[in-house]
Amino acid sequence: MNRLDFDPLLDDLETRVLVCCGSGGVGKTTTAAALALRAAERGRRVVVLTIDPARRLAQSLGLRELDNHPREVVVDGFEPKGELFAMMLDMRRTFDDMVLTHAGRDRADQILSNPFYQTISSSFSGTQEYMAMEKLGQLVAQDEWDLIIVDTPPSRSALDFLDAPQRLSTVLDGRFIRMLSAPARASGRGLLKIVGTGFSLFTRAVSTIVGGQLLQDASTFVQAFDSMFGGFRERAQRTYELLRSPGTGFVVVAAAEPDALREASYFVERLSAEKMPLCGLVANRTHPVLAADLPAAKALAAADDLDRSGDAPLAAAVLRLHADRVAVADREKRLLARFTRAHPGVPLVGVPALPADVHDLDGLREIGRRLAGE
Amino acid sequence: MTSWTEELTRARLHVVSGKGGTGKTTVAAALALALATGGRRVLLVEVEGRQGIAQLFDRAPLPYSEERIASAPGGGEVHALAVDAEAALLEYLAMFYNLGFAGRTLRKMGAIEFATTLAPGLRDVLLTGKVKECVNRTGPDGRHLYDAVVLDAPPTGRVVKFLDVTKAMADLAKVGPIKGQSEGVVRLLHSGDTAVHLVALLEEMPVRETLDAVAELDGADLRPGAVLVNRVQPTRLPARSLPVAAEGRLDESRVRAGLKTAGLDLDEFTLEGLVDETVEHAIRVRSQQDAAELLGQSDLPTLELPDLTDGVDVAALYELAEVLVAAGVR
Repeated sequence: MNRLDFDPLLDDLETRVLVCCGSGGVGKTTTAAALALRAAERGRRVVVLTIDPARRLAQSLGLRELDNHPREVVVDGFEPKGELFAMMLDMRRTFDDMVLTHAGRDRADQILSNPFYQTISSSFSGTQEYMAMEKLGQLVAQDEWDLIIVDTPPSRSALDFLDAPQRLSTVLDGRFIRMLSAPARASGRGLLKIVGTGFSLFTRAVSTIVGGQLLQDASTFVQAFDSMFGGFRERAQRTYELLRSPGTGFVVVAAAEPDALREASYFVERLSAEKMPLCGLVANRTHPVLAADLPAAKALAAADDLDRSGDAPLAAAVLRLHADRVAVADREKRLLARFTRAHPGVPLVGVPALPADVHDLDGLREIGRRLAGE
Repeated sequence: MTSWTEELTRARLHVVSGKGGTGKTTVAAALALALATGGRRVLLVEVEGRQGIAQLFDRAPLPYSEERIASAPGGGEVHALAVDAEAALLEYLAMFYNLGFAGRTLRKMGAIEFATTLAPGLRDVLLTGKVKECVNRTGPDGRHLYDAVVLDAPPTGRVVKFLDVTKAMADLAKVGPIKGQSEGVVRLLHSGDTAVHLVALLEEMPVRETLDAVAELDGADLRPGAVLVNRVQPTRLPARSLPVAAEGRLDESRVRAGLKTAGLDLDEFTLEGLVDETVEHAIRVRSQQDAAELLGQSDLPTLELPDLTDGVDVAALYELAEVLVAAGVR
């Protein structure tokens, strides 16, 4: 097995951006925070961008509010060699800021107050992913940190993160909005000829379903947005390029579970297809056996003996929980071996689970040690 | 652990949600098998385009049609359906606008995908609309075709929005076929025929998210059903040893003496490993207990499913279904 070795990666000044991705619930945010803490303690000037962190994790980083700007992590007794900054993404504010930057004041007001914009900026499924990328672009452009670690949105599938910006672009690009709203605006005959009667029927059907008002709002929005769209797309394109640049690395986080590893596999394949640099896989929360010399079968047989005599209930319990642990560890090893067989070139590190939740810097530091294989 | 209630037995639509990573799909499938036990016909539906059911039952991706995927003890059967919003929209268009052929062309152009992203609520309305149709469908004998429908719903963060069709419709057309049909969906989802179950793990975050979801469901006038606690680990230690071990103060000499009695003469290193494993186990069990206590605040029926060390395969689903049946699910 090819081992993922974090310390050289974190120490390398050429490493400028690390993106932690993976499916929901695998511990991406904690991993991102632990890597950032470790890098700061090893001397880097780091900022970690978290998306929707658990409350206690946020508090441990001193993040009390969502103010969309990095704040230095100041905690008693925390004196890193480098510096650690942290922030939580406010997706709506990031979107608003982007509109304000790219459109003139009047135009911007028009866009911000449009009901369709409000829908897109708060509930469209790709917006969070897009805004995470936008914020990453901004942090890079600010050039105040020598390492940026990004968490990715808690999507169902790890791939959403790469696809969502494209999906949002397609919607905002407005080809269909224009087509749909054309008959409502004017005669629209030219369009109808091009796409045929199916489309006219479709337009009628869709406007019956979604309502004329929504189409009207969408159409107004797209017209106002048009002026800034060039800049918008260019920005997205630049961020995409950034993700491909040599200073960037992707860290795929997965639990040692079939679903999470399957998602990780898709992601690894996709990154390679997109020529995006992959650092490796973090197999999070594993349960390695700590008393490896005692086989499970022997432990169980001894526990049975003890149960029969009823002499030593504590020792019997210790033996049984050891056998449980061996079974879990074997299963995790099997699953990870399967992943490695499918992706032999991908470096991997197993991170043994902490028995309790992490909610302070000490906990993050411990995870950092485990990530580094200490 | 409490058990399934009379009220839940009357529900015909069982919505299953939960925090990401809690095993929502597995639990939904086990629930479908449990409900089918004894000769009933149950439909298991997924709506997120992940083909999670097919993977779980180890078979090819499900088409947009209802397929029989498993038999349950006592002559029951589980059918499955992967609903997809685009297909559901095409179904409507074909039904109300005679748009069969043109619809397919539009789909190729990406227009359908566009229409469902244009109004984010539309997607949910289409998906829940299809589910309602399945719940209400009757056979030639006039009886419901499915005795129960189990919906593998979006995770807790999104589920209330997903089910709150009234709100989604506020943004959409005020007339037309979808409007008419959504009123039926609203009636079903807010009636005693529907229960929204939440899958949780005995860890602090999933429990907090479950409690938040219960409050959110209550606020939206949706009915929380049961809490299905997944992957509960067995407590191996005797009750009196647990708190001491969780503090890291395990009586090593007693463990060593006990092991000797069983004929195990272990080296220091292995013994230390066993002690560390035991301490970790105790800490986990204790935080499980804390989480269970916190979960008690929900005041909902709470059913526990064991952690399966060998992972979840089809046989394991039947095992989990048995546990649910034993807890009164029917």
